[in-house]
Amino acid sequence: MQIPAPFDYVRASSVDNALALLDRHGPESRVVAGGHSLLPMMKLRLARPDWLIDINDLFELDYLLVDGPVLRIGAMTRHTTLLESDDVRRLFPIISDAERVIADPIVRNRGTIGGSLCQADPAEDLSTVCHVLEAVAVVRGPAGERMLSMADFHRGPYETAVAQNELLIEVRIPIRTGSASAYEKVERRVGDWAVAAAGASVTLAADGTISQVAVGLTAVGLDRNVTEVEAVLIGQAPTEALFVEAGLLASRSCDPLADQRGPVDYKRHLADELTRRVLRAACRRAAASASDTTTQEG
Amino acid sequence: MQISMTINGTDVTREIEPRVLLVHFIRDDLRLTGTHWGCDTTNCGTCVVLMDGQPVKSCTVLAAMADGHTITTVEGLANGATLDPVQQGFMEEHGLQCGFCTPGMMLTARALLDHNPHPEPLEIREAISGQICRCTGYATIVRSIQWAAAHPAGANAETSPSESTEHEVRA
Repeated sequence: MQIPAPFDYVRASSVDNALALLDRHGPESRVVAGGHSLLPMMKLRLARPDWLIDINDLFELDYLLVDGPVLRIGAMTRHTTLLESDDVRRLFPIISDAERVIADPIVRNRGTIGGSLCQADPAEDLSTVCHVLEAVAVVRGPAGERMLSMADFHRGPYETAVAQNELLIEVRIPIRTGSASAYEKVERRVGDWAVAAAGASVTLAADGTISQVAVGLTAVGLDRNVTEVEAVLIGQAPTEALFVEAGLLASRSCDPLADQRGPVDYKRHLADELTRRVLRAACRRAAASASDTTTQEG
Repeated sequence: MQISMTINGTDVTREIEPRVLLVHFIRDDLRLTGTHWGCDTTNCGTCVVLMDGQPVKSCTVLAAMADGHTITTVEGLANGATLDPVQQGFMEEHGLQCGFCTPGMMLTARALLDHNPHPEPLEIREAISGQICRCTGYATIVRSIQWAAAHPAGANAETSPSESTEHEVRA
């Protein structure tokens, strides 16, 4: 039977209250959101906080808001809410693609975007998605709010820039006209972590060429976007030959480890194949939404 | 610490240790052993209960986190002596073999039908994809849930011809 080590439990009533509790209880206190990463770690005694600060009552952090050129996602937004949102599917299909394959539907009822990003598991999908979409993390602490790019937020496996007395409160994603995105993951079975996954965001110019692109990989030892593909793709019309070249660059740029999910060469193969697939899908979606717009305007 | 919640329509208040998991609170403190305790690792889904109407894996929720919430376990599915259509469907379509996964499967089915009264077979499979039937009886579980969808008022109520035809076709 897996039972966590003893701890004290307190429920925060607001963001300010959560920050005060973190301040009061110090380094041995941990925030719990959906709890589907932290509680399993506590059951295995990999985590042994003295205080658990439950932020599930912070409904003020459960929102999805299209605010001008930005989609604002509250940190307590559940995976299920993201998956079911029409705005998310329309603006950022990469999020819907990823959410469909994050854990299973029941876990998605509890897990949150904030919890996923703060857990920073190297096989976690939304970290890659947020890197690709150039999301900004809004972190609040006693000294106020700071805005962090994903490169600054995500320090590495299980490590973020959120200090012990701070809370991730919002994720902001810039909305780009003419842009589309996609995510694809290979997993051994439903609910498992990725063997490997890839995400891409593409913006097409009026002449159909690629004006902006970002590709990210999950679970293959790369904590940043595959920036190497940009030079190859930008300014070019999307073609199969280009996707092949990008896939090759992605497979070379990553650094996977052999484990029970597969050997290194298989994971490199997946990085290659999945990069091609997500670029193909993102370009197809961007072209389709451009022709929709043309039809509407015409 | 003291917690209070509504379980199957009854308000309960208990003194617990904060580290008690919801599954153990339900089984050991409340003696509602219809909720099963399986893998303990959020994989198998036999511990699924409804929290405010949504299925959750109760091995990965603290009892303290359910304080103030409404919980439904398999014991709360039937309305008095009348079985829920989902329970009737599992009987009609042989939705269980050993029965270990059944409580969780039925609660997920109930939540699915509350949310989507006419799910496609693929939507049913997606909804139960976080739960494992080690007897591998998935085909009959899907048919059981389809039966419940086709008989929203249960077996005793009159079923319209279109509904029963639809069910036959899908099965």
